[in-house]
Amino acid sequence: MKRTNKKRMSANKVAAPRARRTLVLVATRKGAWIYHGDAARKTWRADGPHFLGHNISHMVLDPRDGRTLLAAAKTGHLGPTIFRSTDLGKSWKEAARPPAFAKVADGKVGRSVDHTFWLTPGRAADRDVWYAGTSPQGLFRSTDGGVNWEPFSIINDDPQFREWMGTQQDGTPDGPKLHSIIVDPRDGRHFYIAMSGGGVHESTDGGRTWKTLIHGMDVVEGFGFDASKPAFHDPHCVRLCPTNPDRLYQQNHCGIYRLDRPSETWVRIGRSMPKAVGDIGFPLVPHPRDPDTAWVFPMDGTQVWPRTSPGGKPAAYVTRNGGKTWQRLDAGLPKSQAWWTVKRQCMAADTCDSVALYVGNSGGELWMGRDGGRRWLCIARHLPEIYAVETAAG
Amino acid sequence: MKVLIPSALRSYTERGETEAGGATLAAMLVDLDRQYPGIRFRMIDEQDRIRRHIRVFVNGEQARDLAQTLAATDEVIIVQALSGG
Repeated sequence: MKRTNKKRMSANKVAAPRARRTLVLVATRKGAWIYHGDAARKTWRADGPHFLGHNISHMVLDPRDGRTLLAAAKTGHLGPTIFRSTDLGKSWKEAARPPAFAKVADGKVGRSVDHTFWLTPGRAADRDVWYAGTSPQGLFRSTDGGVNWEPFSIINDDPQFREWMGTQQDGTPDGPKLHSIIVDPRDGRHFYIAMSGGGVHESTDGGRTWKTLIHGMDVVEGFGFDASKPAFHDPHCVRLCPTNPDRLYQQNHCGIYRLDRPSETWVRIGRSMPKAVGDIGFPLVPHPRDPDTAWVFPMDGTQVWPRTSPGGKPAAYVTRNGGKTWQRLDAGLPKSQAWWTVKRQCMAADTCDSVALYVGNSGGELWMGRDGGRRWLCIARHLPEIYAVETAAG
Repeated sequence: MKVLIPSALRSYTERGETEAGGATLAAMLVDLDRQYPGIRFRMIDEQDRIRRHIRVFVNGEQARDLAQTLAATDEVIIVQALSGG
């Protein structure tokens, strides 16, 4: 196996770190689970449910200490909060001050956070810093490990951003979202964020000012929408390549894109996907070490947008050349009558020598794609609808 | 005054009935949050609106305004409006 991987590795790829045990963090509509893999990733121990009955939008392990977990939670009947564990989920404590918009003056209608949707830990150098994206769209920061959260940057109350964010009716069915919070690993003042809807935006001054990054992105055809307006853009998932922070990939409502900085024009690399499948989907995952490799999990974006696997045949697609060509990866997946929905946070890769993918679907199944998605097998069934899947080295 | 707590919020109070003080509903909720940090935000949003699925009854009558005055002898019942699946 090692010989094969060496043969595949080109000059711009980075060697895998020493193998460690893999954790898969699964957030669902009704609780959270932690799957502990053995060293070979062949057997998995389920730890959960945590927060049974709570909507958990995202659960993330702090890579800086390997022990601190944050979970974004709410129930259908209570307001949102963030739970924090410093012992890998053995015990949890609620944030003292969860993300909340500033209170507006009497007589004005202010926004309230429905749920925190996205969690991003800060850089290794910025210990205890976390960022959160909410629904409706808001950006928040904690500088104490997730205990207290404050609005971050100008975004939440800026009139221009508010116009781009639109209203509840302009967003996704379960609420408009700020997501894909990316911190440049080289520069803690350099951010990217995405909004569904509202486009992709970049700040190079710590969130004081923002620049719109939507050039090259398509909008829904046939309605005369102006592609120069961020309000018409719906980026589903934006990811930075871990070993090339000048390359971003994006799965959008209208295609798959790549952006190589300093260019400000997205290139629609999804046009080389098979026409029968298309290039619509929610998640996108870059390879942890090879910036030319990325995976998507297409969905049906035709007619009324069922958002299910095209033809009832789920499959991941991989590019190994930055989007020039794509290969289908479905060995081990159901061959028919499998109407999966895989949400934008529901696909992740581990960092092992032979990278595995992990996919959670709306039917409560967790699948693992060994060898970069070449061989799929089901890790867990009968979970609630899966909202997010993350991996971590335990 | 006596405050009855719904099951979804008993992770804070660890019981179904507690005591809180305050001359208004808003003040009572502040006192409740002082005793059980975090409980208020699960019921009241950052714009001081009662959340969609929360109902508050004072002596059997639904209270819709946090400015509603309270007496020490009042009984406040907090209810979660269960819905969905």
